[in-house]
Amino acid sequence: MITLTINQQPYQIEADPDMPLLWALRDLIGLTGTKYGCGVAQCGACVVHLNGEAVRSCVTKLSRAAGQKIVTIEGLSKNNDHPLQLAWNEVSVPQCGYCHSGQLMSAAVLLRENPNPTDQDIDNAMAGNICRCGTYPRIRKAIHLAAELQKKEGEAK
Amino acid sequence: MIMSIILTMVGVMAFAWRSGSKKEAMLPLSALPLKKDSIASVKAFEKVYRVLMSPRCMNCHPSGDIPLQGDDSHLHEMFPKRGKDGKGLFAMKCGNCHQPSNTPGKHSPPGNAEWHLPPANMKMVFQGKSAAELAKQLIDPKQNGNKSMKQLLAHSEDGLVRWGWKPGEGRTLPPMSHAEFKKAWETWINNGAYAPKSNQ
Repeated sequence: MITLTINQQPYQIEADPDMPLLWALRDLIGLTGTKYGCGVAQCGACVVHLNGEAVRSCVTKLSRAAGQKIVTIEGLSKNNDHPLQLAWNEVSVPQCGYCHSGQLMSAAVLLRENPNPTDQDIDNAMAGNICRCGTYPRIRKAIHLAAELQKKEGEAK
Repeated sequence: MIMSIILTMVGVMAFAWRSGSKKEAMLPLSALPLKKDSIASVKAFEKVYRVLMSPRCMNCHPSGDIPLQGDDSHLHEMFPKRGKDGKGLFAMKCGNCHQPSNTPGKHSPPGNAEWHLPPANMKMVFQGKSAAELAKQLIDPKQNGNKSMKQLLAHSEDGLVRWGWKPGEGRTLPPMSHAEFKKAWETWINNGAYAPKSNQ
Protein backbone atom coordinates (compact mmCIF):
# COMPACT_ATOMS: atom_id res chain seq x y z
CA MET A 1 0.00 0.00 0.00
CA ILE A 2 1.37 3.42 -0.97
CA THR A 3 0.20 6.64 0.68
CA LEU A 4 0.10 9.80 -1.43
CA THR A 5 -0.95 13.27 -0.35
CA ILE A 6 -2.48 14.95 -3.37
CA ASN A 7 -4.02 18.41 -3.21
CA GLN A 8 -4.00 18.07 0.58
CA GLN A 9 -6.04 14.86 0.44
CA PRO A 10 -4.58 11.51 1.53
CA TYR A 11 -4.87 8.58 -0.88
CA GLN A 12 -3.89 4.98 -0.36
CA ILE A 13 -3.27 2.92 -3.47
CA GLU A 14 -2.15 -0.60 -4.30
CA ALA A 15 0.50 -0.14 -6.96
CA ASP A 16 4.02 -1.06 -7.98
CA PRO A 17 6.48 1.45 -6.44
CA ASP A 18 8.05 1.71 -9.91
CA MET A 19 4.78 2.92 -11.46
CA PRO A 20 5.04 6.49 -12.81
CA LEU A 21 3.17 8.98 -10.67
CA LEU A 22 1.27 10.09 -13.77
CA TRP A 23 -0.29 6.64 -14.16
CA ALA A 24 -1.45 6.65 -10.56
CA LEU A 25 -2.87 10.18 -10.81
CA ARG A 26 -4.83 9.52 -13.98
CA ASP A 27 -5.73 5.84 -13.92
CA LEU A 28 -5.95 4.98 -10.23
CA ILE A 29 -7.05 8.25 -8.63
CA GLY A 30 -8.94 9.82 -11.53
CA LEU A 31 -7.22 13.20 -11.62
CA THR A 32 -7.05 13.52 -15.40
CA GLY A 33 -6.10 17.20 -15.61
CA THR A 34 -2.45 16.19 -15.80
CA LYS A 35 -1.66 15.00 -19.33
CA TYR A 36 0.53 12.32 -20.88
CA GLY A 37 2.69 13.81 -23.62
CA CYS A 38 5.95 12.02 -24.35
CA GLY A 39 6.57 9.72 -21.39
CA VAL A 40 10.29 10.58 -21.26
CA ALA A 41 10.39 14.00 -19.57
CA GLN A 42 10.83 15.84 -22.84
CA CYS A 43 7.62 17.86 -23.22
CA GLY A 44 6.34 19.05 -19.83
CA ALA A 45 2.66 18.14 -20.31
CA CYS A 46 2.72 16.03 -17.14
CA VAL A 47 4.22 18.58 -14.72
CA VAL A 48 2.89 18.47 -11.16
CA HIS A 49 4.36 19.86 -7.95
CA LEU A 50 6.25 17.50 -5.68
CA ASN A 51 7.07 19.35 -2.45
CA GLY A 52 6.75 22.54 -4.47
CA GLU A 53 9.01 21.54 -7.37
CA ALA A 54 7.77 21.19 -10.95
CA VAL A 55 8.51 17.50 -11.49
CA ARG A 56 7.58 15.51 -14.57
CA SER A 57 5.18 12.90 -13.33
CA CYS A 58 5.75 10.58 -16.31
CA VAL A 59 9.23 9.69 -15.03
CA THR A 60 8.68 10.23 -11.30
CA LYS A 61 8.16 6.86 -9.66
CA LEU A 62 5.62 6.31 -6.92
CA SER A 63 8.51 5.36 -4.64
CA ARG A 64 9.77 8.97 -4.87
CA ALA A 65 6.30 10.51 -4.44
CA ALA A 66 5.16 8.34 -1.51
CA GLY A 67 4.62 10.37 1.64
CA GLN A 68 5.43 13.65 -0.14
CA LYS A 69 3.17 16.60 -0.92
CA ILE A 70 1.81 16.51 -4.46
CA VAL A 71 -0.21 19.26 -6.12
CA THR A 72 -1.86 18.77 -9.51
CA ILE A 73 -3.62 21.30 -11.72
CA GLU A 74 -6.84 20.44 -9.88
CA GLY A 75 -5.25 21.70 -6.66
CA LEU A 76 -3.45 24.79 -7.94
CA SER A 77 -6.23 26.95 -6.45
CA LYS A 78 -9.55 26.33 -4.73
CA ASN A 79 -11.71 28.26 -7.19
CA ASN A 80 -9.62 28.34 -10.36
CA ASP A 81 -8.49 31.78 -9.25
CA HIS A 82 -4.74 31.45 -9.10
CA PRO A 83 -3.33 34.60 -10.76
CA LEU A 84 -2.02 32.42 -13.57
CA GLN A 85 -5.42 30.84 -14.19
CA LEU A 86 -7.03 34.29 -14.26
CA ALA A 87 -4.38 35.58 -16.64
CA TRP A 88 -4.59 32.48 -18.85
CA ASN A 89 -8.32 33.10 -19.15
CA GLU A 90 -7.92 36.82 -19.75
CA VAL A 91 -5.35 36.34 -22.53
CA SER A 92 -7.11 33.25 -23.98
CA VAL A 93 -3.79 31.45 -23.98
CA PRO A 94 -4.67 27.87 -25.00
CA GLN A 95 -5.40 26.72 -28.51
CA CYS A 96 -5.85 22.95 -28.25
CA GLY A 97 -5.09 23.20 -24.53
CA TYR A 98 -3.38 19.84 -24.13
CA CYS A 99 -0.09 21.15 -22.74
CA HIS A 100 -1.53 23.87 -20.53
CA SER A 101 -1.90 22.13 -17.21
CA GLY A 102 1.84 21.48 -17.42
CA GLN A 103 2.49 25.05 -18.58
CA LEU A 104 0.54 26.45 -15.63
CA MET A 105 2.24 24.23 -13.07
CA SER A 106 5.68 25.23 -14.34
CA ALA A 107 4.74 28.92 -14.45
CA ALA A 108 3.43 28.68 -10.86
CA VAL A 109 6.90 27.67 -9.63
CA LEU A 110 8.43 30.55 -11.57
CA LEU A 111 6.06 33.12 -10.05
CA ARG A 112 6.55 31.74 -6.56
CA GLU A 113 10.33 32.01 -6.82
CA ASN A 114 10.44 35.14 -8.94
CA PRO A 115 7.34 37.33 -8.56
CA ASN A 116 8.49 39.79 -11.23
CA PRO A 117 10.07 37.72 -14.01
CA THR A 118 11.74 39.20 -17.07
CA ASP A 119 11.34 37.69 -20.53
CA GLN A 120 14.66 35.91 -19.97
CA ASP A 121 13.45 34.47 -16.66
CA ILE A 122 10.32 33.20 -18.41
CA ASP A 123 12.46 31.58 -21.11
CA ASN A 124 14.67 29.99 -18.44
CA ALA A 125 11.66 28.61 -16.58
CA MET A 126 9.42 27.56 -19.43
CA ALA A 127 11.83 26.21 -22.07
CA GLY A 128 11.02 22.65 -21.03
CA ASN A 129 7.30 22.99 -21.70
CA ILE A 130 6.51 22.37 -25.33
CA CYS A 131 3.37 23.71 -27.05
CA ARG A 132 2.73 22.28 -30.51
CA CYS A 133 0.14 24.99 -31.19
CA GLY A 134 2.87 27.58 -30.64
CA THR A 135 1.09 29.65 -28.02
CA TYR A 136 4.39 30.84 -26.58
CA PRO A 137 3.78 34.59 -27.11
CA ARG A 138 0.48 34.33 -25.24
CA ILE A 139 2.08 32.24 -22.48
CA ARG A 140 4.70 34.97 -22.01
CA LYS A 141 2.03 37.70 -21.99
CA ALA A 142 -0.11 35.81 -19.49
CA ILE A 143 2.81 35.20 -17.11
CA HIS A 144 3.58 38.93 -17.08
CA LEU A 145 -0.11 39.65 -16.43
CA ALA A 146 -0.24 37.03 -13.66
CA ALA A 147 2.77 38.66 -12.04
CA GLU A 148 0.86 41.95 -11.94
CA LEU A 149 -2.28 40.25 -10.58
CA GLN A 150 -0.23 38.49 -7.92
CA LYS A 151 1.34 41.79 -6.90
CA LYS A 152 -2.07 43.49 -6.64
CA GLU A 153 -3.40 40.53 -4.69
CA GLY A 154 -0.49 40.85 -2.28
CA GLU A 155 -1.05 44.60 -1.87
CA ALA A 156 -4.76 44.08 -1.18
CA LYS A 157 -4.06 41.66 1.67
CA MET B 1 80.53 52.92 -1.29
CA ILE B 2 81.24 49.43 -2.75
CA MET B 3 80.79 47.95 0.69
CA SER B 4 77.38 49.57 1.13
CA ILE B 5 76.22 48.25 -2.29
CA ILE B 6 77.31 44.72 -1.35
CA LEU B 7 75.54 44.97 2.01
CA THR B 8 72.34 46.19 0.33
CA MET B 9 72.44 43.27 -2.16
CA VAL B 10 72.95 40.74 0.62
CA GLY B 11 70.04 42.27 2.51
CA VAL B 12 67.72 42.05 -0.51
CA MET B 13 68.74 38.43 -1.19
CA ALA B 14 68.17 37.46 2.45
CA PHE B 15 64.70 39.04 2.38
CA ALA B 16 63.81 37.20 -0.83
CA TRP B 17 65.01 33.90 0.65
CA ARG B 18 62.98 34.43 3.83
CA SER B 19 59.83 35.26 1.82
CA GLY B 20 60.21 32.05 -0.19
CA SER B 21 60.65 29.80 2.82
CA LYS B 22 57.75 31.49 4.62
CA LYS B 23 55.51 30.67 1.64
CA GLU B 24 56.57 27.04 1.71
CA ALA B 25 56.12 26.82 5.46
CA MET B 26 52.47 27.87 5.00
CA LEU B 27 51.64 24.58 3.24
CA PRO B 28 50.13 22.09 5.72
CA LEU B 29 52.13 18.88 5.93
CA SER B 30 49.07 16.84 5.12
CA ALA B 31 48.87 18.65 1.77
CA LEU B 32 52.27 17.41 0.72
CA PRO B 33 52.46 14.13 -1.14
CA LEU B 34 54.23 11.17 0.45
CA LYS B 35 56.62 10.93 -2.46
CA LYS B 36 57.33 12.98 -5.52
CA ASP B 37 57.71 11.36 -8.91
CA SER B 38 56.82 13.83 -11.61
CA ILE B 39 57.18 11.30 -14.43
CA ALA B 40 54.86 8.72 -12.84
CA SER B 41 52.44 11.47 -11.81
CA VAL B 42 52.20 13.10 -15.24
CA LYS B 43 51.92 9.70 -16.93
CA ALA B 44 48.99 8.78 -14.67
CA PHE B 45 47.32 12.10 -15.37
CA GLU B 46 47.22 11.29 -19.09
CA LYS B 47 44.71 8.56 -18.22
CA VAL B 48 42.84 10.77 -15.75
CA TYR B 49 42.50 13.49 -18.39
CA ARG B 50 41.10 11.05 -20.96
CA VAL B 51 38.36 10.09 -18.49
CA LEU B 52 37.57 13.63 -17.32
CA MET B 53 37.23 14.83 -20.90
CA SER B 54 34.89 11.97 -21.84
CA PRO B 55 31.22 12.97 -22.21
CA ARG B 56 30.14 11.22 -19.00
CA CYS B 57 32.33 13.58 -16.98
CA MET B 58 32.67 16.69 -19.15
CA ASN B 59 28.96 17.06 -19.96
CA CYS B 60 28.32 18.34 -16.45
CA HIS B 61 31.46 20.50 -16.39
CA PRO B 62 30.59 22.80 -19.32
CA SER B 63 32.28 26.09 -20.16
CA GLY B 64 28.90 27.83 -20.24
CA ASP B 65 25.90 27.66 -17.91
CA ILE B 66 23.99 25.04 -19.92
CA PRO B 67 24.94 21.40 -19.38
CA LEU B 68 25.98 19.24 -22.30
CA GLN B 69 24.26 16.12 -23.53
CA GLY B 70 25.04 12.98 -25.49
CA ASP B 71 28.25 11.46 -26.74
CA ASP B 72 28.76 14.49 -29.01
CA SER B 73 28.42 16.84 -26.01
CA HIS B 74 25.82 19.10 -27.61
CA LEU B 75 23.99 21.69 -25.51
CA HIS B 76 21.29 20.07 -23.34
CA GLU B 77 17.90 20.22 -25.03
CA MET B 78 15.54 22.76 -23.42
CA PHE B 79 18.61 24.76 -22.36
CA PRO B 80 18.34 24.27 -18.58
CA LYS B 81 20.57 26.77 -16.75
CA ARG B 82 23.06 26.16 -13.96
CA GLY B 83 21.43 28.39 -11.32
CA LYS B 84 23.24 29.62 -8.21
CA ASP B 85 23.61 26.20 -6.59
CA GLY B 86 24.14 24.24 -9.81
CA LYS B 87 20.75 22.56 -9.49
CA GLY B 88 18.85 24.58 -12.07
CA LEU B 89 16.35 27.41 -12.09
CA PHE B 90 12.63 27.79 -11.33
CA ALA B 91 10.66 25.05 -13.11
CA MET B 92 13.85 23.78 -14.75
CA LYS B 93 15.69 22.18 -11.84
CA CYS B 94 17.79 19.10 -12.57
CA GLY B 95 15.82 16.90 -10.17
CA ASN B 96 12.53 17.66 -11.93
CA CYS B 97 13.49 15.25 -14.73
CA HIS B 98 16.59 13.48 -13.40
CA GLN B 99 15.40 10.94 -10.88
CA PRO B 100 17.41 9.31 -8.07
CA SER B 101 18.29 6.52 -10.54
CA ASN B 102 18.45 6.15 -14.32
CA THR B 103 15.05 6.09 -16.02
CA PRO B 104 14.91 3.04 -18.32
CA GLY B 105 14.92 3.60 -22.07
CA LYS B 106 17.28 5.04 -24.66
CA HIS B 107 16.10 8.66 -24.66
CA SER B 108 15.01 8.99 -21.07
CA PRO B 109 16.80 11.02 -18.41
CA PRO B 110 19.78 9.51 -16.63
CA GLY B 111 19.56 9.81 -12.87
CA ASN B 112 21.38 10.09 -9.58
CA ALA B 113 20.19 11.53 -6.28
CA GLU B 114 22.94 14.17 -6.41
CA TRP B 115 22.45 15.23 -10.05
CA HIS B 116 23.77 18.78 -10.50
CA LEU B 117 26.34 21.03 -12.13
CA PRO B 118 29.08 22.76 -10.15
CA PRO B 119 27.71 25.91 -8.49
CA ALA B 120 27.82 29.36 -10.10
CA ASN B 121 30.54 30.63 -7.74
CA MET B 122 32.91 27.78 -8.66
CA LYS B 123 32.12 26.35 -12.06
CA MET B 124 34.95 23.78 -12.21
CA VAL B 125 34.97 23.86 -15.99
CA PHE B 126 36.48 20.86 -17.82
CA GLN B 127 35.31 21.72 -21.35
CA GLY B 128 38.07 23.29 -23.41
CA LYS B 129 40.79 22.83 -20.78
CA SER B 130 44.19 21.44 -21.70
CA ALA B 131 45.65 18.67 -19.55
CA ALA B 132 47.98 21.20 -17.89
CA GLU B 133 45.16 23.63 -17.16
CA LEU B 134 42.88 20.95 -15.79
CA ALA B 135 45.54 19.40 -13.55
CA LYS B 136 46.34 22.79 -12.02
CA GLN B 137 42.64 23.54 -11.53
CA LEU B 138 41.98 20.19 -9.85
CA ILE B 139 44.55 20.72 -7.10
CA ASP B 140 43.62 24.33 -6.38
CA PRO B 141 41.05 24.45 -3.53
CA LYS B 142 39.86 27.80 -4.88
CA GLN B 143 38.88 26.07 -8.10
CA ASN B 144 38.14 22.47 -7.07
CA GLY B 145 35.23 22.88 -4.65
CA ASN B 146 37.47 23.68 -1.64
CA LYS B 147 38.84 20.14 -1.59
CA SER B 148 42.00 19.25 0.28
CA MET B 149 44.32 16.70 -1.32
CA LYS B 150 42.81 14.05 0.95
CA GLN B 151 39.29 14.94 -0.16
CA LEU B 152 40.45 15.03 -3.76
CA LEU B 153 41.81 11.50 -3.40
CA ALA B 154 38.47 10.31 -2.04
CA HIS B 155 36.54 12.04 -4.85
CA SER B 156 37.07 9.11 -7.23
CA GLU B 157 34.54 7.23 -5.09
CA ASP B 158 31.94 10.04 -5.17
CA GLY B 159 28.48 8.78 -6.12
CA LEU B 160 28.08 11.08 -9.10
CA VAL B 161 31.60 10.22 -10.34
CA ARG B 162 30.79 6.51 -10.07
CA TRP B 163 27.55 7.11 -11.99
CA GLY B 164 29.78 7.70 -15.04
CA TRP B 165 30.33 3.95 -15.23
CA LYS B 166 26.61 3.15 -14.91
CA PRO B 167 25.14 5.83 -17.16
CA GLY B 168 22.13 3.92 -18.42
CA GLU B 169 21.10 2.77 -21.85
CA GLY B 170 22.57 4.40 -24.97
CA ARG B 171 25.47 6.22 -23.32
CA THR B 172 29.08 5.20 -23.88
CA LEU B 173 31.28 4.50 -20.89
CA PRO B 174 34.46 6.44 -20.06
CA PRO B 175 37.51 5.08 -21.90
CA MET B 176 38.64 2.76 -19.07
CA SER B 177 37.16 0.93 -16.09
CA HIS B 178 36.47 2.75 -12.84
CA ALA B 179 39.14 0.65 -11.13
CA GLU B 180 41.75 1.69 -13.72
CA PHE B 181 40.67 5.33 -13.44
CA LYS B 182 40.87 5.23 -9.65
CA LYS B 183 44.36 3.74 -9.81
CA ALA B 184 45.50 6.47 -12.22
CA TRP B 185 43.83 9.17 -10.10
CA GLU B 186 45.61 7.99 -6.95
CA THR B 187 48.93 7.51 -8.73
CA TRP B 188 48.70 11.06 -10.07
CA ILE B 189 47.96 12.56 -6.64
CA ASN B 190 50.20 10.34 -4.52
CA ASN B 191 53.20 11.07 -6.72
CA GLY B 192 52.87 14.81 -6.34
CA ALA B 193 49.82 15.76 -8.46
CA TYR B 194 52.06 17.23 -11.13
CA ALA B 195 50.58 19.05 -14.09
CA PRO B 196 51.80 18.07 -17.54
CA LYS B 197 53.76 20.67 -19.50
CA SER B 198 51.55 23.34 -21.04
CA ASN B 199 52.03 22.01 -24.57
CA GLN B 200 50.86 18.49 -23.60
